[in-house]
Amino acid sequence: MEFLQSMINSLPGVLGQGLIWGLMAMGVYITFRILDVADLTVDGTLGFGGAVCVLLTLNGVNVWLATLIAMLAGMLAGLVTGLFHTKCGIPAILAGILTQLALYSINLRVMGWGTTAGTQATLAISVDKYDLILSSRFVRDLGGNIWQNPIIVMLPITAVVVAILWWYFKTEHGSALRATGANLQMARAQGINTASATVVGLMISNGMVGLAGALLAQYQGSSSVDMGRGAIVIGLAAVIIGEVLLRGRGKVLTGLIGCTIGSIIYYFVIQIVLRLGLGTNDLKLFTALIVALFLAIPYWKGKAAAARKRSAVSKEEKNNARA
Amino acid sequence: MLELKNVSKTFNPGTINAKTALCGLDLTLNDGDFVTVIGGNGAGKSTMLNAIAGAFDIDGGSISIDGVDITRQSEHKRAAMIGRVFQDPMMGTAPTMTIEENLALAARRGRRRTLAWGIRKSERELYRARLAELGLGLEERMTSRAGLLSGGQRQALTLLMASLVKPKLLLLDEHTAALDPATAARVLELSDEIVSENHLTTLMVTHNMRDAIEHGNRLIMMNEGRIVLDISGEEKRRLTVDTLLAKFSRAAGEDLLTDRVLIGA
Repeated sequence: MEFLQSMINSLPGVLGQGLIWGLMAMGVYITFRILDVADLTVDGTLGFGGAVCVLLTLNGVNVWLATLIAMLAGMLAGLVTGLFHTKCGIPAILAGILTQLALYSINLRVMGWGTTAGTQATLAISVDKYDLILSSRFVRDLGGNIWQNPIIVMLPITAVVVAILWWYFKTEHGSALRATGANLQMARAQGINTASATVVGLMISNGMVGLAGALLAQYQGSSSVDMGRGAIVIGLAAVIIGEVLLRGRGKVLTGLIGCTIGSIIYYFVIQIVLRLGLGTNDLKLFTALIVALFLAIPYWKGKAAAARKRSAVSKEEKNNARA
Repeated sequence: MLELKNVSKTFNPGTINAKTALCGLDLTLNDGDFVTVIGGNGAGKSTMLNAIAGAFDIDGGSISIDGVDITRQSEHKRAAMIGRVFQDPMMGTAPTMTIEENLALAARRGRRRTLAWGIRKSERELYRARLAELGLGLEERMTSRAGLLSGGQRQALTLLMASLVKPKLLLLDEHTAALDPATAARVLELSDEIVSENHLTTLMVTHNMRDAIEHGNRLIMMNEGRIVLDISGEEKRRLTVDTLLAKFSRAAGEDLLTDRVLIGA
């Protein structure tokens, strides 16, 4: 009973965090599923978005504008990875790792802007002094601060983002991007500039992650250089959970909605295992194992199906030999 | 129309795996030519088509279409002028996209892709009519994913996609080789229809000598990266498998038996 009570108590936080990470997962979905590229930039981009947003807000920029600029900063990171990949011939996964690594230093510099040391690992921002879009403090607040309640704020933001992304992927431009991910050879034969489509896809994806980073930093009241560590794996977990639940491989709209649902469920499961006694430091191990398991299941399923086919064929051959 | 001048290409140059695939290749196609291309494995047939399509940079020589030099043009730019169907039925379509989405992509070949809606209502009617002409019932499955189609259906769809925007040049690279005989025959028939209806200049690579003889108005045979036989007009019409083999062994100066095996006659 006590367990149930504490689970229910944690639900608003799960929803708030899940909705924010849902945007991040959409970024991962765009590269991993639509573009068929594993982009590791995002681990750095999440912190980059958070750092840019907090720094600008602290320096008097309107928080919505700061969030928008954080999104553009994320797109810039995606552009860099895209150019590494398409203009320098670096494999996509390595291009992402390079940008991610570079962003670690950049994030330290961004957060240390104006300080004597010049670098700083965390940058706090208080919702008491700044009019943030949302804050974890108001996650249960349905009174005076309801318009800074993460759940209330994130629902319309998520709806708008999903609508825009869905529209984009239905346009001529977005269709070309989907074709690039689905079949590179075919896309080129149909006159699609696959290099530029890949760059655009990486930019949109990292833009989403930068946006999520900005919102996450406001949610937790600070940005830190570590906030994006393992983000790609959490994003993947959300993408995969969403796909399993909605059985929606291929349909963009289902995929995007699945990201948000998957992300909420991910945080719900995390709450359960935390309450069952798993330490916060073991979370990343837990997440990595879960994602590995879910990625392995389709592979094992395929192998099992092939084995069944083989044994059926060999049985038939035996029967034929006897006859 | 299409002009290849002294085109050469060596893969993996300077290594133990170096392979000269094209060797001073010259070819001129006239407007409306339907040329079948035969030759043994490694003769350079597919390499020639890929060189024309721009899948890789050639080492030397030049390629032009209608007097425009496209030697250094990127693959997606050339696609504005070139329609292609590949040997592998998987290659020509986007499996996770629907049939109508695939067609809509093809309908925008050579055009700037904007933020306009990816497929318009009026297009659907056109696609339905064109799919019905294939006679495979695909017009009833326009919102099915292309990945669900059989190999033959995909090749038929890819043919339609290659000709939806009339290309200056159609490249068919053994596009029936992966199909069962009945389906291959149907796809070949469709190819003939589409080529003649649209008066398309076509290069068709095939492993089947009979197909090479029965289709098109001109036949070329390749060996070791260049063209060793070029037969057209009345001579092409009177061609038989045996005379073709005899001509080939004379031209290539090689043992007839191994050629027979290689060409699959």
